Amino acid sequence: MERFITKTNLTRLAEDLAATCRVLAPVATGGTVTFHRLRSGMSIDLHSRMAAVSPKAATFPQTEELLQVTREGEDKKPEIHETLPQGKNVVIGCRPCGARGKLIFNPVYETEKIKDPYFIQRRDNTIFITLACDRPETTCFCHSVGGGPADTAGSDVLLTLVGEGYVARSVTPEGEEIMKHALFEDAGDKGKEADAKNARALEMMGPAHDYSSAPAKILARFDDMDFWTAQSAKCISCGACTYMCPTCYCFNITDDDLGLTSRRIRTWDNCMSHTFTLEGSGHNPRPTKAHRLKNRVGHKFSYYPDLHKKVIACCGCGRCIKQCPAGVDIRQIVNAAQEYSE
Amino acid sequence: MSQLDDLKAAIKDRLGELDCVIGWEQGYDALHATPLFIRSEADLDRLIIGPLAVHNLSTYLPGLKGKKVGIVVKGCDSRSVIELLNEKLINRDDVVIFGLCCDGVVSQRKIRAALSADPGFVESVTVGADDLKITVAGQNATLKLADVKADKCLTCQHPDAVLSDVLIGAKHGAPALASLACQDEFEAKSDAEKFAFWQETMSRCIRCYACRNACPMCVCRDYCIATSRDPLWVSQENSPTENMMFQMIHVSHLAGRCTECGECERACPVDIPLMLLRRYMNKQVKDVFEHQAGTALDQTPPLFTFKVEEERIHERGW
Repeated sequence: MERFITKTNLTRLAEDLAATCRVLAPVATGGTVTFHRLRSGMSIDLHSRMAAVSPKAATFPQTEELLQVTREGEDKKPEIHETLPQGKNVVIGCRPCGARGKLIFNPVYETEKIKDPYFIQRRDNTIFITLACDRPETTCFCHSVGGGPADTAGSDVLLTLVGEGYVARSVTPEGEEIMKHALFEDAGDKGKEADAKNARALEMMGPAHDYSSAPAKILARFDDMDFWTAQSAKCISCGACTYMCPTCYCFNITDDDLGLTSRRIRTWDNCMSHTFTLEGSGHNPRPTKAHRLKNRVGHKFSYYPDLHKKVIACCGCGRCIKQCPAGVDIRQIVNAAQEYSE
Repeated sequence: MSQLDDLKAAIKDRLGELDCVIGWEQGYDALHATPLFIRSEADLDRLIIGPLAVHNLSTYLPGLKGKKVGIVVKGCDSRSVIELLNEKLINRDDVVIFGLCCDGVVSQRKIRAALSADPGFVESVTVGADDLKITVAGQNATLKLADVKADKCLTCQHPDAVLSDVLIGAKHGAPALASLACQDEFEAKSDAEKFAFWQETMSRCIRCYACRNACPMCVCRDYCIATSRDPLWVSQENSPTENMMFQMIHVSHLAGRCTECGECERACPVDIPLMLLRRYMNKQVKDVFEHQAGTALDQTPPLFTFKVEEERIHERGW
């Protein structure tokens, strides 16, 4: 289905949806743009810049309560309450990379043997209304990892800015359902303009980099700690890259004990952290930042594609590059491994 | 010779005796520099200095303890080196300090605010004596350096490296503002207003710990109280309360040690104005202990010492 919606009506649509769903959209606060749950008085900011943080939290919140435990008294048996996520969510205005990012979670969190009910429930109850990009940033490389500025993977509706509104195209039946709303109008021949715009954006990205040799080349450097020490020299081993990444799915589970009540929470974990692989014995198989960065790059560009049909676990959004305090560029590291010769 | 040529010559002189020298090179685009680890003369060709070379490289020094390392420092960065020396976190004999006389660095945030298009679309940058000529998304803009200077440069009292083995450039000092309007404005708020501000601001903190790891004085690193699992001191929950709790721990641990290099705020991916906390704490430390971290060798941070009676704290008079 192809329709058109004006900028004003998209805001109205968001307000309308917010009455029955949790609507997440980019909002500008304090000089930055991040996804917020839309409440009255907030205005959506789709165009000033790409949101600093990805829309990952919509399907994989930074803190997720897994269960609650209550006890009547110290000697009583504790009662355990399930806390599966309820309600529907709509993400409006994420970019194609952000929508595609969540697909990386699927083969991990939904297998024949293991199903993560929290992720699956959120994923299946979340609609992504995505905005196609009209110009690549210096850190964008979505087209090298299977995506593109108007990629539809992971989206339910794709919007392309044309004049004072958006050409909307449904990708899934759920997206089509939303587009039946009266605020959408006939697209006329604006579709052609949208196609031209999307083609121009892809052209502006230049030639795509070929990552097909990366899995084997990175693995070939696995034991070369000199290589990884040099590549990680400027890394400060914080977690900014992992926390902003739409495809990073590692988590930590802790119990917050509050006396007679406690809760088990799952929070985003961070493979740049010393505690990520710290074993109970005190031994840490990844004791330095070089070991940790090797894992991050290797996971995305080598081990994951080897396990999951050659899919690279990176959506090319470039947030890890743009927001890295030290300017570590994952593209450069993978290139260095690909170009390395003994 | 330019300041950069002088610096290159000075590094070339000492490179043979060092494992590496840390400086800056151009980063992923024309507007961003990135740390450069110089190991050979060939690497020297990539070295840059100037207003885009923002990182305080002394952050790397404690992690390189035991190696012979050269480091290029601006005035503010040299204060961090002094503080690391004073706290015996690095050895003076292992560090060769290439000091710069600095004219200030840019704030990427101010550049972002000053441009009509997102600097993510930057195409080229020319650094002039007083301005930056930037082409972004096909549009040309000229930004005055004075308008996009980092806040820390506006109040900097030590633009020339305070401690160095080689000082590059001519010492010039700098007229500095006594305080920043944004700080005064914030401190004039009521407690309730401040609380509301931090609640709102901390709701976007993602606890990525970039502020912590970029800080040259945050030396617990892998053993930070915020991420320790045994014992689990701080909840891993991401909420304004827990996030603020972490920042309170952070600022308390820096009392009397923070050199106001601004790296915490610069590193924050969601623009949390952490320097509001740092500057406030530093003001208290200066008022109470007459102490400014990293301004002289052999100073001891006040909270590292114990006196039965502090000269400026009149306990008995309470």
